Amino acid sequence: MAQPLVQIRNLHFARGDKIIFDGVDMDIQAGRITAVMGPSGTGKTTLLKLIGGQLIPDQGEIIVDGQNVHRLKRADLYRLRKKMGMLFQSGALLTDLSVFENIAYPLREHTNLSDSMIRSMVLIKLQAVGLSTAHGLMPSELSGGMARRVALARALALDPMMIMYDEPFTGQDPISLGVLVKLIRDTNHALKLTSILVSHDVTETLSIADDVTIISEGKLVAHGTRDEIMHSESPWVRQFVDGEADGPVPFHYPGDSIEHQLMQEVK
Amino acid sequence: MIHPVNSLTRLGRGTLFLLKVLAGIPQLFVRFGLVTKQMYSVGVQTLLIILVAGLFVGMVLALQLHYTLSTFGAEDTLGLLVDLALVRELGPVVAALLFAGRAGSALTAEIGLMKATEQLSGLEMMAVDPVERIIAPRFLAGFLSLPLLAAIFSAVGILGGYMVGVDFLGVDSGAFWSQIQAKVDFYDDVMNGVIKSIVFGFIVSWIAVFEGYDCLPTSEGVASATTRTVVNSSLAVLGMDFVLTAIMFN
Repeated sequence: MAQPLVQIRNLHFARGDKIIFDGVDMDIQAGRITAVMGPSGTGKTTLLKLIGGQLIPDQGEIIVDGQNVHRLKRADLYRLRKKMGMLFQSGALLTDLSVFENIAYPLREHTNLSDSMIRSMVLIKLQAVGLSTAHGLMPSELSGGMARRVALARALALDPMMIMYDEPFTGQDPISLGVLVKLIRDTNHALKLTSILVSHDVTETLSIADDVTIISEGKLVAHGTRDEIMHSESPWVRQFVDGEADGPVPFHYPGDSIEHQLMQEVK
Repeated sequence: MIHPVNSLTRLGRGTLFLLKVLAGIPQLFVRFGLVTKQMYSVGVQTLLIILVAGLFVGMVLALQLHYTLSTFGAEDTLGLLVDLALVRELGPVVAALLFAGRAGSALTAEIGLMKATEQLSGLEMMAVDPVERIIAPRFLAGFLSLPLLAAIFSAVGILGGYMVGVDFLGVDSGAFWSQIQAKVDFYDDVMNGVIKSIVFGFIVSWIAVFEGYDCLPTSEGVASATTRTVVNSSLAVLGMDFVLTAIMFN
């Protein structure tokens, strides 16, 4: 197998007393869609920020395209980021710029292309996400699904080698959901990208992921191809994939029993 | 409760942040459009409140001073006193307080909301430094705008004082202007006022952009950062005014 595009080794990260990652090792293969799944608050978005070099791990290393992200100088990190697109949960569009200018922004910042060339590239990117006629709209005029499609077009503007998707399906209606699933799958295959898809929407994510990693409580719980995960017999994986209310992750928040709490009340 | 260690930590973070902002300023000379755009929202949109406030402050000053001066028969010095009060103190200080309330709070809220909606993170991931592209132009626009606004405040205030003193209270017009011409020193009075407004512009803009950039990315975090901008920059302006006045006028 080829060298993984992203290698995570012995990753430790904490926010205050709360341990987010406690010795995570993970490989993300080039040219595939890798889903990172897990319950809310488990650190999936944090993982993307660590890969992008926006956060610094307490221990361990993250190697992207052969470069240790957290040892790079700022100029080198920015050079690497030009090859990494990221789709934020909120879209993160610049609210004072139109759709067109949002997508043109990275091109104007990092290339010396003429205005007519930029215009053509922006319209091509917008056409790819089905919004070429919406180029004059402002972000406030877009629905949540449209904003994410525009953000995807912007993430593709510099023709990156990989794209990180942060909860792309959250809060979407079924049609927008279908559009986003199709776009992520088609974009990845057409442009031969590497995609890291962070989500807890099991059905949509498993429909397009090639590899799946499940993390919980700072540990990597399961890793494998989509089929391996779907047919896994691990109780933890089954509870997560089947959405069962009780299991290895208990229904009741850990703590004193209800009997004990009631008795304390009486005292 | 304010914890001294936390306050010192914040001051240290604020100073490091300021150094990053200052390092980003040379780049703005080739992208000055970013600054002029911000000068419109920070400076031009604060103009109305500065004009109205300056006019009323000048008018009230003339009324109050005329009342006292007339008991000594010294109404002719009205223009001089209005001018000195505005140019040395009220122009820079009141303009800075209004600027903190109108433009400083808006800067903090805008930057804080950009942080809360991940726009700043988005820029970082596009390999664009948000301190250079977002913060530095706003800081420089605030820094350049306040001295101009303070000068306008003082000028309008003097006109307000003239209107009340000369047109309504009967002070001689020639005496009003000639006292100013004869007694106001360009360096000791006017330039010291300008220096004050430059210092205040620096302080208010620094506090405003730092509070926005450093706030918690939540609605509550942005709200409290906006409040802190107004409170801290107002106190800093008043405290620094005392220090500068003590140095400038012995």
